[in-house]
Amino acid sequence: MAAHAPTAPRRRWGSTVAGLLVLAVMLFPLYWMLNTALQPDSGLLQVDPVPSGLDLSGFTKALTDQGGNLLTSLLVSVGAVAICLAIAAPAAYGLARFGLRGSRTMVFGTLITQMVPGIVIANALYTSYVDLGLVNSYAGLMLADASLGIPFSIVLMRSFMVSIPGEVIEAAEIDGAGPVRVFLRVVLPMSRNALITSGLFAFLFAWSDFMFALTLNTTDDVKPITLGIYQYIGAHVGDWGAVMAAAVLSAVPAAILLVLAQKYIAAGITGGSVK
Amino acid sequence: MTTSTVTAPPSAAAGKPAAPDPARARRRRRLAQWGFVAPAVVFMLLFFGYPLVRNVVMSFQHYTPKTFFTGEAPFNGVDNWSSVFRDALFGKALWHTLVFTAGSLLGQFCIGLALAVFFNRRFPLGGVLRSLILLPWLVPMVVSGIVWRRILDQDTGVLNAFLDTLGLGGGTPWLTSPGMALLSVILVNIWIGIPFNMVILYGGLQEIPKELYEAASLDGASAWRAFRSVTLPMLKPVITVVLVLGFMSTVKILDLILALTDGGPADATQTLGTLTYQNSFVELDFGAGAVVGNVLILISAVFAVFYLRANRTEGK
Repeated sequence: MAAHAPTAPRRRWGSTVAGLLVLAVMLFPLYWMLNTALQPDSGLLQVDPVPSGLDLSGFTKALTDQGGNLLTSLLVSVGAVAICLAIAAPAAYGLARFGLRGSRTMVFGTLITQMVPGIVIANALYTSYVDLGLVNSYAGLMLADASLGIPFSIVLMRSFMVSIPGEVIEAAEIDGAGPVRVFLRVVLPMSRNALITSGLFAFLFAWSDFMFALTLNTTDDVKPITLGIYQYIGAHVGDWGAVMAAAVLSAVPAAILLVLAQKYIAAGITGGSVK
Repeated sequence: MTTSTVTAPPSAAAGKPAAPDPARARRRRRLAQWGFVAPAVVFMLLFFGYPLVRNVVMSFQHYTPKTFFTGEAPFNGVDNWSSVFRDALFGKALWHTLVFTAGSLLGQFCIGLALAVFFNRRFPLGGVLRSLILLPWLVPMVVSGIVWRRILDQDTGVLNAFLDTLGLGGGTPWLTSPGMALLSVILVNIWIGIPFNMVILYGGLQEIPKELYEAASLDGASAWRAFRSVTLPMLKPVITVVLVLGFMSTVKILDLILALTDGGPADATQTLGTLTYQNSFVELDFGAGAVVGNVLILISAVFAVFYLRANRTEGK
């Protein structure tokens, strides 16, 4: 047995118990979401603390009503990630390495944009979207959602690309590679982690977006799951089982990402804030 | 002197197009380099710069539902501004925004810091538990809001049922009484903000050299004293970042309030964010919406200046 533990083992396990209690309190709403989703019949009544059986009818109903919206969310989010990375990655590299005039101003501007309230953007964007025919379109929502991730991704990837050793890039240039080739063949592969983290967050931002979905759509043509659930509670107040099942489905990507990409998420939360 | 250099007058190699003059090559290089940054600049100007300017212009224009058919939005001076400022709802929303922001930040920060300190100690499963606490932060905010709306329901919500079994009352109208609703919304937002605060503060704690604590304990400092004299001063830059980012995301909040209360009951949870939305997208008076939006930007800008100044002194 490990006899020389720094602290008494009993006390350390005591911290684990305390940690579990904290976790239980913090995750209770998520548990309750799942629990309610499995008891569709309870309707307006109180819900049992533990589901007595697996009643999946709430999920069936949620999938029928909201399945299309889930696909819309997926499509829009993936599109937003693609736009975001295509625009942010070259910019981050340019700002990190080329020493262009005005680079500092641009980095500063990027930080500032993260402080602009989204509803203000939606306010102005809506009238222009009407003129451009972008209301109720996938392209319009993808572009707007990409704006949530672009400043964040530029800041994150730039701080990563600054630390790529200059010799590597110079060596490629001596071999005759132009800037585009250097970027595609050397910089991007070396920045893999930063790209994944940025893409992950761009996805989460777009998936969670409610405001652009709410304001830039006037019909049901392009309806992400966030908007779908919001309208669901207006129409089905009595059917909490189906509403909560839809909520569970909308939280699935987050849960999967947390399990698969834990370290990228932690890196993104700290890296995106402390530049 | 005698070595022939490449920088010798190019006239010697004249007529050979394969050797372009260096100035031109440099210009082409610069142009290619700008090509990397230009798309981002254009995008940011369109999606951030333009809306900022457009909002100022819109706040002096008269928008009606008809505008979207006729395209006409005549300028009307300061009419929007004066009518928004005269409306009692604006003052209410401003006050709610301040209370909501201050209350949320205080709660999120204190609990986040306490949890960061707690998880900074090593214990079995600490790492797993710490990363699982992130889950609520990853769920769309509007979804969290809806889940809480169910939990806080006066008659059928689990919170009241729980309080009832404890003999602590129950039957509290969390979201349906004007006196309680703002407090409830703040409590839910504190729950949402804890993971973010905890992760960033935890990262900051990890950076503090352990020797400082050893030195403090050699000096006979109590745990509380070490926290006050070592942890807090060393953590100050991170604390600034957390509070500013928290402020920025809280002051403009919209999703959560719409999901929980829709701004009600009796406008008790109406904030500048929801008021902007209501003016523009419910009443279709984009001029009035722009006025409230501009006030929101102004508040954020004041805070941004504060943040940048704090950052600058930090850097020196």
